[in-house]
Amino acid sequence: VTAESKTITINMGPQHPATHGVLRVVLELEGETVVRARPVVGYLHTGIEKTMESKLYNKALPATDRMDYLAPMSNNLGYCLAVEKLLDIDVPEKVRWARVCLAELTRVNSHLVWLGTHAMDLGAMTMFFYTFRERELIMDIYEACGGQRMMTSYIRIGGLADDLPSDFDKRVRNLTRTLRERMNDYEGLLTHNEIFINRTKGVAVISAEDAINLSLSGPLLRGSGVKYDVRKANPYSGYEKFDFEMALGTQGDAYDRYLLRLEEIRQALHICDQAIDGMPEGPYRAHVPGVVLPPKEDILYKMESLIFHFKIITEGYRPPFGAVYQAIESPKGEIGFYISSDGSNKPHRVRVRPPSLINLGALPKMVEGRLLADVICAIGSIDIVLGEVDR
Amino acid sequence: MMGGMEEKVRDFIRANFADAVVREDNFRNQQSFYIRAEELVHVCRALWEDPELDVRFLSDITSLDWLGHEEEKHGRFEVIYNLYSLRHKYRLFLKVRLGGDNPHIGTLSHIWAGANLMEREVWDMMGIVFDGHPDLTKLLTPDEFEGHPLRKDFPLTYEQPQFSWNKDEPPEVIR
Repeated sequence: VTAESKTITINMGPQHPATHGVLRVVLELEGETVVRARPVVGYLHTGIEKTMESKLYNKALPATDRMDYLAPMSNNLGYCLAVEKLLDIDVPEKVRWARVCLAELTRVNSHLVWLGTHAMDLGAMTMFFYTFRERELIMDIYEACGGQRMMTSYIRIGGLADDLPSDFDKRVRNLTRTLRERMNDYEGLLTHNEIFINRTKGVAVISAEDAINLSLSGPLLRGSGVKYDVRKANPYSGYEKFDFEMALGTQGDAYDRYLLRLEEIRQALHICDQAIDGMPEGPYRAHVPGVVLPPKEDILYKMESLIFHFKIITEGYRPPFGAVYQAIESPKGEIGFYISSDGSNKPHRVRVRPPSLINLGALPKMVEGRLLADVICAIGSIDIVLGEVDR
Repeated sequence: MMGGMEEKVRDFIRANFADAVVREDNFRNQQSFYIRAEELVHVCRALWEDPELDVRFLSDITSLDWLGHEEEKHGRFEVIYNLYSLRHKYRLFLKVRLGGDNPHIGTLSHIWAGANLMEREVWDMMGIVFDGHPDLTKLLTPDEFEGHPLRKDFPLTYEQPQFSWNKDEPPEVIR
C-alpha cells in the first residue's frame, strides 16, 4: 500500500470459515467500506457435467448428489424428472408422493444447516448445535431409505431405489412434531435478538427489480417480494395436490430472508405431514421394461427380469433425439436440468442450472458501499453450496 | 394459459422477426426457436420490452457441441437461451447455431445483469466469445488452464488439467 492509494484490496477466502466452503471474494476496501466486491469461484470444480456425458443415463445419477450436498434428494429428483420427461414415462402415484415428502425433508435439512451456519457467522454459536441436532433426525431417515446419510441416490429414474422403510411414516411424524416445537426455541433465540436484528435488518438488500434482472431464484427472489416458486408456477411430481403457502418477504434484506426460510421450514413440515397422511399404496417403481430396473426380488427368480437388469446396466437405453429442461424448486432456488440427447445411450450434454452460482451474482450489488462485516452476513443469507457453484 | 401463450409468442416472433427465425421446434411441450446469431440480441430485447408477453426472466444460458454428429452441418455450437415469463408462467427457448472456428455472439448482459456469470461460464467451458461482455474472464477453470473442457474434442485421458508444464506431451483424444 502506497501513501497515495486510498483503497486496499484484500482476499477473503478461499480458506475462510464464513465463506461456507472455498469461495474467494476479492474486496476493494476504503477504510472499512467495500468499494468493489468480486466473487471468484472454481476452487471446487470437479467437472460433474462433463463426467455425466460419459456415463449411461442411470449411472450419471450419483454425480447429482455431489453437487448440492446439502440437498441430495432435490438434485436426484430434478435429474430423474428430466430423464423421465425425455423418455416420456410416467411414475406410480406412490412414487410421486414419496418424492414430494423426501424433497421437502431435503428442504428442511438444507435450511437447518443454513440457519445454524448463518447464525454462527453472526456470532450466535448455540443455533449451530441446535440445528445440527435436529438435522440428525433427517439424516436418520435418509439412512433408513437409501443406506447413506448424505449421498443417497435414493430417487431413481422411474421410481425409487427401494421401497420406503416400514417405519418411514413414524420417523417423519416424529421429525415434524419435534421440529415444530424446537422452531419456537430457534425463534426465541434469534427473531427478537437485538444483535441478530442489527446485523441483518437492512443488510444485503436487493430490490425486486434487481432480483429479476439478476436471474435470482428461491428465497432470494421471494425475499424481495417476487412471487415465483416452481412448485406453484409449474408444479411437478404432484405438488399441485398439496396445500401450502408461498412465503414472501417485503424488504429484500437478510432478516426477511431469515423469516422466509423459517416459514419455508414450517410449510415443508406441513407438506410432509400431508404426504404421510395421503401416501397411496402401490409399487415403488414404474413398470417400463428395458428402462426402469426390475425389482430386486424378481431378478432372483425371473429370467426376463434378469435379462432386462443386465441389459439396462451394461447397455442402457436410447432416448429419442431431443432436449428437455426440467426445473424444480430446490432449497437454494430453481435448479434446472437441461439434458440433450443425441439418440445414444449416454447424455450428449447435461447442463445444470446452478441456483447457488446465479444467486451469488447478487453479492456485489448487496455489499458495495456497505461495511466489511456485512459481507459475512450477505454471503450467509445468499445460502450457497460451493459444490453446486463450481460443479 | 400455456397454450395461448405459445401462440402469442409464435405470432409475435413471426410478425416482428420473420427473417430471424431459422426453424421452430416443439419437443415434449417445450417451445424453441432457432434464431440467426446476429438477430438474437434484438429478439431478446423485443421480448423483454413487450408488456404483453412480459418475458423478463433469463433463467439460464447454456451451450452444446455437436462435433462429429450429423447435426454439425447446421453449425457446430449451439447456444441456448432459457427465457421465462414470471407473469404467464411460461418458458421458451431461443437457440442459436454457431460455426466451428471462432464462435462468437452478442452479449445479453446489458439487458440482464444475470447473464454476466452465465456467459462467463459458457466462455470458459465451451469457448464461445460473447461480444461486448464487460468482463469475459474464466469462471471455473484456473488461469493457467488451456482449452475449454466441455468441447467434445477436449481430451479425457491423461493429466486432466493441461498446465504449461505438461502440454507438450500429446494427450490421447477420445470421444
